[in-house]
Amino acid sequence: MSEPREGTVVQRRWMTILQKAGTPVISALLAIAVGSIIIWASGYDPLAAFAALFKGSFGSPKAVGDTLLKSTPLILTGLAVAYGFRAGLFNIGAEGQLFMGGLAATAVGLALGATSWWISVPLMLLAAMLAGAAWAFIPALLKARIGAHEVITTMMFTYIGRYFVSYLVNGPMKEPGNIPQTPALDPSAQLPRIATLFSEGAREALPILNLGRAHMGIFVALIAAVVIWLILKYTTLGFENRAVGFNRWASETAGISVQWTTVKALCISGVLAGLAGATEVMGVHHRLFDQFSSGFGFTGIAVALLAKNHPLGVIPAALLFGALSAGATTMQFEAKVPQDIIQIIQALVIFFVAAEEIVLWFVRRRQKEAISHAG
Amino acid sequence: MAVLELRDVTKVFPGVVANDRVSFSLEKGEILALLGENGAGKSTIMNVVYGLLSSDGGEILIDGEPVNMRSPRQAIDLGIGMVHQHFMLIEPLTVTENIVLGREPGRLGVIDFALARTRVVELSERYGLKVDPDAKIADLAVGMQQRVEILKALYQGARVLILDEPTAVLTPQEVRELFAVIRSLVDEGLSVVFITHKLEEVMAVSDRIIVMRAGRVVGETRPEETDDVGLARMMVGRDVVLRVEKPPSTCGDTVLAVKDLHVMGDRGLEAVAGVSFTVCAGEVVAVAGVSGNGQTELIESIVGLRKPTSGTVHLKDIDITHAGPRKSIEAGVSHIPEDRHRRGLVLQFDIAENLVLGDHRLPPYAKNGIMKPKVIAEMAEKRIADYDVRTPSVSVLAGNLSGGNQQKLVVAREIGREPMLLIAAQPTRGLDVGAIEFVHREVLAERARGRAVLLVSLELEEILSLADRVLVMYEGRIVRELSAEEADAETLGYYMTGGGGDKLAADGVVPVMGGQQ
Repeated sequence: MSEPREGTVVQRRWMTILQKAGTPVISALLAIAVGSIIIWASGYDPLAAFAALFKGSFGSPKAVGDTLLKSTPLILTGLAVAYGFRAGLFNIGAEGQLFMGGLAATAVGLALGATSWWISVPLMLLAAMLAGAAWAFIPALLKARIGAHEVITTMMFTYIGRYFVSYLVNGPMKEPGNIPQTPALDPSAQLPRIATLFSEGAREALPILNLGRAHMGIFVALIAAVVIWLILKYTTLGFENRAVGFNRWASETAGISVQWTTVKALCISGVLAGLAGATEVMGVHHRLFDQFSSGFGFTGIAVALLAKNHPLGVIPAALLFGALSAGATTMQFEAKVPQDIIQIIQALVIFFVAAEEIVLWFVRRRQKEAISHAG
Repeated sequence: MAVLELRDVTKVFPGVVANDRVSFSLEKGEILALLGENGAGKSTIMNVVYGLLSSDGGEILIDGEPVNMRSPRQAIDLGIGMVHQHFMLIEPLTVTENIVLGREPGRLGVIDFALARTRVVELSERYGLKVDPDAKIADLAVGMQQRVEILKALYQGARVLILDEPTAVLTPQEVRELFAVIRSLVDEGLSVVFITHKLEEVMAVSDRIIVMRAGRVVGETRPEETDDVGLARMMVGRDVVLRVEKPPSTCGDTVLAVKDLHVMGDRGLEAVAGVSFTVCAGEVVAVAGVSGNGQTELIESIVGLRKPTSGTVHLKDIDITHAGPRKSIEAGVSHIPEDRHRRGLVLQFDIAENLVLGDHRLPPYAKNGIMKPKVIAEMAEKRIADYDVRTPSVSVLAGNLSGGNQQKLVVAREIGREPMLLIAAQPTRGLDVGAIEFVHREVLAERARGRAVLLVSLELEEILSLADRVLVMYEGRIVRELSAEEADAETLGYYMTGGGGDKLAADGVVPVMGGQQ
């Protein structure tokens, strides 16, 4: 332990970053490798499949746009789940909070009607955040006061939320006509597509700007990731959140209210999931209907797992899942490989992340032995 | 011929030599104590012998034959058994099931439970290790679980039994029973390696002592050739003050005043039944008692972790009866919890984060909810230097430190906060003599600085060497207060086990204690 200190500290920092990032990357590559075998065994050409998958997700500015489009809600739900995990809480009900966020954004947007975007957009996002938090608040309170397990309660609240939205779009909020959906939001209440920010001339000169359906929501998601990272790293709120997640008894002894921290953590988790609902409504569908989320809240769990609950790690993890789902259609269309294979690959990613934990456990144990003998 | 012999066994971890050419032998029918500080390499060398770790050099000989130990399975086949500090038993299964696990009698995959039970009973009678073969592990006390571990090793045919810190989790009574068991084992021809850092145990039970320090064997002796001071010197490498000298107490203002406190325990019974006492500035008041007589609940209610049902707690003029842990810390109460892993530290946090825990929302470490990593790191650097926490840097995780260094970390945080009142619950549990000396010096330094110290300990030696006044707690009450001069091990032991209670009651004496009110 007598080596120059500075060197070892810097070295160690790089080692930890490599270790943290390296293993999920290996997991993803292993998943693709095993996925290839499955594609091959099913009688398709894996090379063609992945070529098409890549083409559909990164092959053109429009494809990149699709990937960003699909990644946007996943970043937010991934953050929601990750933040809860950092407090030792499993918010399995991000999906329900997402529905309530979408509902609140729509309700406020429809109420405001045609006005300026700088009035409606912030108000809608705020409403979505509050709604998501409110939907997480009751399970949080039940957890803090009587110890009701959040996995059960947030899940149940997901059903309540989804059916509530279903009722509203079939009843009180239904647009005249046969389709169970609300009226469309005024353009001022929408998150515009990124491409529309640039003039036609600019887009012709720089084709990369033709990002297709990608909308401003991606910036909301990226800002949220940075904010959550800053909260966890630099604020007492984040410090207490992590402390409770690791050891609630030591936290309690140090004067941290475990109950209050639990409530805050689940509500912040709900805020993020609610935002995901808002960006979907405001950026993609421009109205609310029955099934506007294809399980983003649940995929968020996988994203958080792959990101190892690191808020910045959520971004690449969500991009991977977003790319897989964006490229799936092209893969089916061009390589004739059924879309469902994508779900298998997603599952394999999770599997290898979990398996990697087992390997790391051994690595850590050895390191621990070494250091404890040094002391 | 030695049953077990080590020749120049070396074990290297990345960056650390854990065992440096360790050589010693174990004779048949011998109790060999392996003595050393935490982190001296005792457990490592025995894990090498047991095949849990591979060696990086040297030879291991069993009955004179060199062996290449690859796995515990191989070690077991060669007649080596090991009982680890943390038991490896399956709680929902019975004693018999645990013992025969892996070597179940029976055929075609059908276990002959009757035969298994008979064998366990036979074994238990032969070695005098009484245990109920049908009891579930989860229902057994720790001492009993340890017996099951020993029986398991014997069932597997151990001739050499390695016990890794076997007394760390036991009560004094259980320790005596364990020693009797060990003696009966060697009478039956077994050989025992006993890993420990406790001097009195070494003197009490061993035939021969190997002392290790920093991964090397630094000495060999016999109990009759040495005493605890000599052993401590060998172990730490310098003279150790086993009993700290202290100037007489200069009692100042009353800092802590507990009045008629009643506290419920976890099982819904009253754990603290009307306790009153005071602690003044510059004084160490010790609470002595057998574990489970309400000490934990008393402390938890003073620091705000447990709500008292009635009574009051005052810190100087402030009523902190219902303050809760946060306000209690902010009012000036520091608390070294009895269980550092559970309540003392966040093992997944680094050293700096652990050192700021509890003060993390206060200036200068945080302002308006924003933490100041630089200020925190500077404070942490200073603390680890002041309190001699041995670590390569403050960004090492607390869980990666040795037990002694972890405890120093807790002590550094709680004393470094400069509290008005320091509550130390079993502050030296599981520490070696060097670290114990350190903690004792720090506690007395607090006293010298004019702070009030409330010490709770199960170790009489610790109480006798630190306390100015001793409160003996029995069944939730303070049954006796003794001054430092009056207190000796015998008197304390008498009151701790309920002695004198009848007399007090008969005389109509209400044992309400207090310094100067």
